Amino acid sequence: MSATKSHLEVFPAGVKLVLWLGLLALLAFPFVGTEFYTQMVTRMMIMAIFAMSLDLLQGVTGLVSLGHAAYFGLAGYALAFLTPQSEAVSLWWTLPLSVLAAGAAALVIGFFVVRTHGIYFIMVTMAFAQMVYYVFFDNRALGGSDGLYIYFKPTAQVGSLTLFALDDKVTMYYFTLAMVLLVYLFLRRLLWSPFGRALAGIRVNEHRMRAMGFATFGYKLSAFTLAGALAGLAGYLWGVQTEYINPDLMGFHTSAHAIMMVILGGMGNFAGAIVGAFTFEYLLHVFKDLPYVGEVHLGKHWQLWMGSFIVLVVLFAPRGVLGVVQALTTRGARQQKDGDV
Amino acid sequence: MDFPTFLIQLLNSVQYGLLLFMLAAGLTLIFGIMGVVNLAHGSFYMLGAYLAYAISGQFGSLTVAIIGGTALAVLFGLALEWLLFRHFYQRDHLDQVLLTFGLIYIFEELRSLAWGDDVHSVKIPELLRLSIPLTENLSYPVYRLFIAGLCIALAIGLYLLINKTRLGMKIRAGAFNRDMAEALGVNIKLIHALVFALGVGLAAFAGIIAAPISSVYPNMGSQVLIMCFVVVVIGGIGSVRGALISALLVGLVDTFGKVLLPQMAGMLVYMLMAAVLLWKPEGLFKQ
Repeated sequence: MSATKSHLEVFPAGVKLVLWLGLLALLAFPFVGTEFYTQMVTRMMIMAIFAMSLDLLQGVTGLVSLGHAAYFGLAGYALAFLTPQSEAVSLWWTLPLSVLAAGAAALVIGFFVVRTHGIYFIMVTMAFAQMVYYVFFDNRALGGSDGLYIYFKPTAQVGSLTLFALDDKVTMYYFTLAMVLLVYLFLRRLLWSPFGRALAGIRVNEHRMRAMGFATFGYKLSAFTLAGALAGLAGYLWGVQTEYINPDLMGFHTSAHAIMMVILGGMGNFAGAIVGAFTFEYLLHVFKDLPYVGEVHLGKHWQLWMGSFIVLVVLFAPRGVLGVVQALTTRGARQQKDGDV
Repeated sequence: MDFPTFLIQLLNSVQYGLLLFMLAAGLTLIFGIMGVVNLAHGSFYMLGAYLAYAISGQFGSLTVAIIGGTALAVLFGLALEWLLFRHFYQRDHLDQVLLTFGLIYIFEELRSLAWGDDVHSVKIPELLRLSIPLTENLSYPVYRLFIAGLCIALAIGLYLLINKTRLGMKIRAGAFNRDMAEALGVNIKLIHALVFALGVGLAAFAGIIAAPISSVYPNMGSQVLIMCFVVVVIGGIGSVRGALISALLVGLVDTFGKVLLPQMAGMLVYMLMAAVLLWKPEGLFKQ
């Protein structure tokens, strides 16, 4: 049911232009922005990777996961376990291992959840994420409710030569940007591969795909695993940036935020997920930063503004920012019509 | 485990299971009949608990809180259905997830503005403050039995309402085939509004009667919501009977898990769900 919404897979010229300008702005940002904002944009880019990974499920395959944060958090925990308290570890093996850990968890959980459909899928993904949450929450050895610190940021070395260290904020920024581009190009390539077309086919009509001889279970499980692994990449970077990981990060609020990012930008094309992540994170920053009015601290009640914003978007702009940009640039009444549900 | 301890845990698990059923029944009906994923269902439980705190504080009586609070919650449910939910019955699950997630945030902050962020307690009524002695130093509080009794009475009422009344027949007809029921003259919009309000009322009722033993605190809806999801998944969407059996099962596993396997108590219920999913992906009693 969640699949019928029309998708913008091929970008019109106007959208492409906006995306290229966005990339230029990101490349130039550390030269003009303050350190605070450079770190904020780094964080936005990390969430963009997270949102893109979810878009593979939500937008492309039509699977709405309310437990995606579990894989995000797992990779962060993996980094915390791999980093000793005394020295920095190598990026070369901690990054793949963390991503692998998240992917393996997604494979195991996916084996159970992918056999469900619609509402069941939503509830079951959420429940399994909660289970992962309790694994860490209940065990002192895994950090318990307090979480774990990551004492050193990874470095990339060749022999004894240090190529770069993520300790440096600008290096971290460009490393994250490179990862965003890599993941984006990979997923765009995947979208147009036979595998990606099969996933889109599952979204539109799974029964027909099966009738045509596609083993949809395997396709969905592969997508779920890949999405989990990429969420792990984001979680790894999150751990590097914040130097701290706790179970709350894996709760369903984080998962729901990611769903909102994907919706906000526009689903099924990955660029929308990036735009959505930036917009959402910026709004979060704005809402949390609201001043006092009289006795009431507006920023403390940021959930009220975010909640209202989410409800308004669902009511009035269910196709997101890119949908609006597209409607403005093409001015076609046709696109407008199939956007309404 | 000796017999009195076993008995206490058994009674606790039944009482917890019945309480879960009050929430899950509304959730599964709203899923089954209107096809809506309602993440905000836990908020109605929280609303009930805070109404219990506010009303019993004002009038000094839990009875007034139970009746008045449930009535207020039903009215709130009717308003919410009319204002928002009825426009989402035909929409994507994705839109429903986001709408109800946004509502969780809104309700949580409204709660914070109205009642603050402190933990509150609600007094058990004088009459029910007794305990039944089991051995020399073990006893069982009467109030917990009272909760279980109320829930059983409501469960029977719900069964009679759905299976034996004219309204229940219309609800079942609407769940089976919405268009056909409408064509035969059933006011399906009214049925939907009533079912939604019933669900909100049941959830708030559970919150009210649980308030004296669980206390009243921020975010209390989230945890219970996920438990209810597990109950509904195990029982099968839309099946009230399935919700009852699976709620009791979840209550049993959770309560005894905490006693027998404390280091993995949090996980056990989810492992039960995974096992059921392998066996029957649509739940035990999918209709």
